[in-house]
Amino acid sequence: MNSIEIKDLSLRFGEVEVLKNLNLSIHKGEFLVLLGSSGCGKSTLLNCVAGLLDLSHGQIFIDERNVTWEEPKDRGIGMVFQSYALYPQMSVRGNLSFGLKNAGIPKAEIAKRIQRAAEILQIQDLLHRKPAALSGGQRQRVAIGRALVRDVDVFLFDEPLSNLDAKLRADLRVEINRLHHRLKNTMIYVTHDQIEAMTLADRIAVMRDGNILQLDVPSQIYNRPINKYIAGFIGSPSMNFLEGKLSAGDNPSFIFGDERFDMSRYRFDGEGQQNGATTLGVRPEHIRTGNAAQEMPISRNIVVEVVEPMGSDTLVRTHLAGQEFRLRMDGLASVNKGDNLLVGFDPAQVSLFETTSEQRL
Amino acid sequence: MTSELLHDQQKPRTYSFDARPHEPAGAKPAKRLSPARIMIYSLLFVATLYYLLPLYVMVMTSLKGLPEIRLGNIFSPPMKLTFAPWVKAWDGACTGLYCEGLKVGFWNSIKITVPSTIVSIAVASVNGYALTNWKFKGSEVFFAILIFGSFIPYQVMLFPLVIITRELGIFGSLSGIVFIHTIFGMPILTLLFRNYFMSLPPELFKAARVDGAGFWRIFLVILVPMSLPIFAVALILQVTGIWNDFLFGLVFAGLKNFPMTVQLNNIVNATQGVKEYNVNMAAALLTGLVPLSIYFISGKLFVRGIAAGAVKG
Repeated sequence: MNSIEIKDLSLRFGEVEVLKNLNLSIHKGEFLVLLGSSGCGKSTLLNCVAGLLDLSHGQIFIDERNVTWEEPKDRGIGMVFQSYALYPQMSVRGNLSFGLKNAGIPKAEIAKRIQRAAEILQIQDLLHRKPAALSGGQRQRVAIGRALVRDVDVFLFDEPLSNLDAKLRADLRVEINRLHHRLKNTMIYVTHDQIEAMTLADRIAVMRDGNILQLDVPSQIYNRPINKYIAGFIGSPSMNFLEGKLSAGDNPSFIFGDERFDMSRYRFDGEGQQNGATTLGVRPEHIRTGNAAQEMPISRNIVVEVVEPMGSDTLVRTHLAGQEFRLRMDGLASVNKGDNLLVGFDPAQVSLFETTSEQRL
Repeated sequence: MTSELLHDQQKPRTYSFDARPHEPAGAKPAKRLSPARIMIYSLLFVATLYYLLPLYVMVMTSLKGLPEIRLGNIFSPPMKLTFAPWVKAWDGACTGLYCEGLKVGFWNSIKITVPSTIVSIAVASVNGYALTNWKFKGSEVFFAILIFGSFIPYQVMLFPLVIITRELGIFGSLSGIVFIHTIFGMPILTLLFRNYFMSLPPELFKAARVDGAGFWRIFLVILVPMSLPIFAVALILQVTGIWNDFLFGLVFAGLKNFPMTVQLNNIVNATQGVKEYNVNMAAALLTGLVPLSIYFISGKLFVRGIAAGAVKG
């Protein structure tokens, strides 16, 4: 059964089309992440689901019920905002109970639900405090609690961790993950942070310019991005792109400069191989060096140009046949500028894109 | 002996440290008055004197008897201190036909100012809230028209408004003048409230909507409690504005409800009898006392509220 179903959704602000004919089905209990850079329409889509924005066209179903024209409070959703949006004049308890009081729920029930939410989120000791007296992490917990007490099937998160510092973000990420496993609610989570997306999501929807480009499980998004934009967006440091051309056949090969890479191990998508201008994408972390490189189907010698040690690993910048090339090495590897290095990778792990359409081959 | 010697040997070292007092270390020393500072302060001092002088003359004159005033030394303090002019101004000065002093006007002004302030702020705050958070088709145009209203000299609207209030049956009554003040407070107050509500995070409003709060509940329970500074600003603006108003009070309030300013004018501009300068001065000071004390009490709040409305965050 689908928990949320979005049909032909469009949203227009005057002449600008912000969301373009979106279709999206989210299963019950699924954790779906909307991922994209700012301005791609991901938050707008979430606001539409919440009922905070009116659609220009299309329908939204939540739990098989058409909620397209329903008020936010009647949709059975809870929402968590990036800026916490706690009511500053109310205590934590007041913040948690505000929605319940509006719904006319009896006092005893309100107290019970607050108790439960406070227990889950470990904020029992903070209930009497005002939001100003809380730290960022505590505030976001309270904000999550406010969604929790509503006892709804669908949670909407609008970049909930973006205002927190790195360590806290990692902690709360794990906590949200745990919360999802415990509550088994449907969750839609908007973020521009690919690590949050990769770690939390059951499925990721990558958005750009009001369209959903790819909707798939994180490993597919990472390993088999359907176009060059997604390939470059996911992964840090980002994917290497080498411009060249493909020569199709029984033993397809990628030709660029004087180099020729055998692509027979590459798994072609859909329409399969075709001759023409092609971009080869290979992730810096998929490149092996030294002895490991020798065992790879493709290996070349390069000269190290820039070394960026980052502790856990070391980033090496170089050029391959005149094109920029990055690779990631172990943090313990001793490598210096000017070193000669043998690098290699497996064609099964690369991505090929048609250069003009940027679509995966 | 040895210890003394040691002591002597150490001394030069401390001196060598002290010998460089300009080496920056620790708390930054307070700056001494520079010539530029002195210039600024003396200029400010002269400006202050310039503005306070009329007030000084008024206070002094109001405390003198008429014979002393006729001597013409307006700057000299009273030789014989008397409060009789103040008492007369409050209780017995003639305004037109009646000789009951300013106190009638004072209570009239209170009766006009209190409801006008409350009604205008109530309406304008809801206006500002709706224009910020419940945008409707054409709300921007509506707002632009409203703001345009504040650029039109209101003397232009005087005659149409007389007709409108007459048709409504409230011309020359207390409700008539309250109505007029509410209308004329609207543009600037709506602008004030809208700008303030614009500066509040929109997520707050969204969260309240998800929590099921409606138009009034969001406004009264969430927004009003966090907007007290701007309400204070509006209060000050309206109380002083309405208290100081002369024209509307004269035209719309009706004979019985003339505010203090109109009565003051009647006292000061009386053409019959002796010019009682001391009573006039006392009456003017009495009239100005209310707005003046409001500025003194809430000046800080006023500035804070204006700044809060102007600067985001």
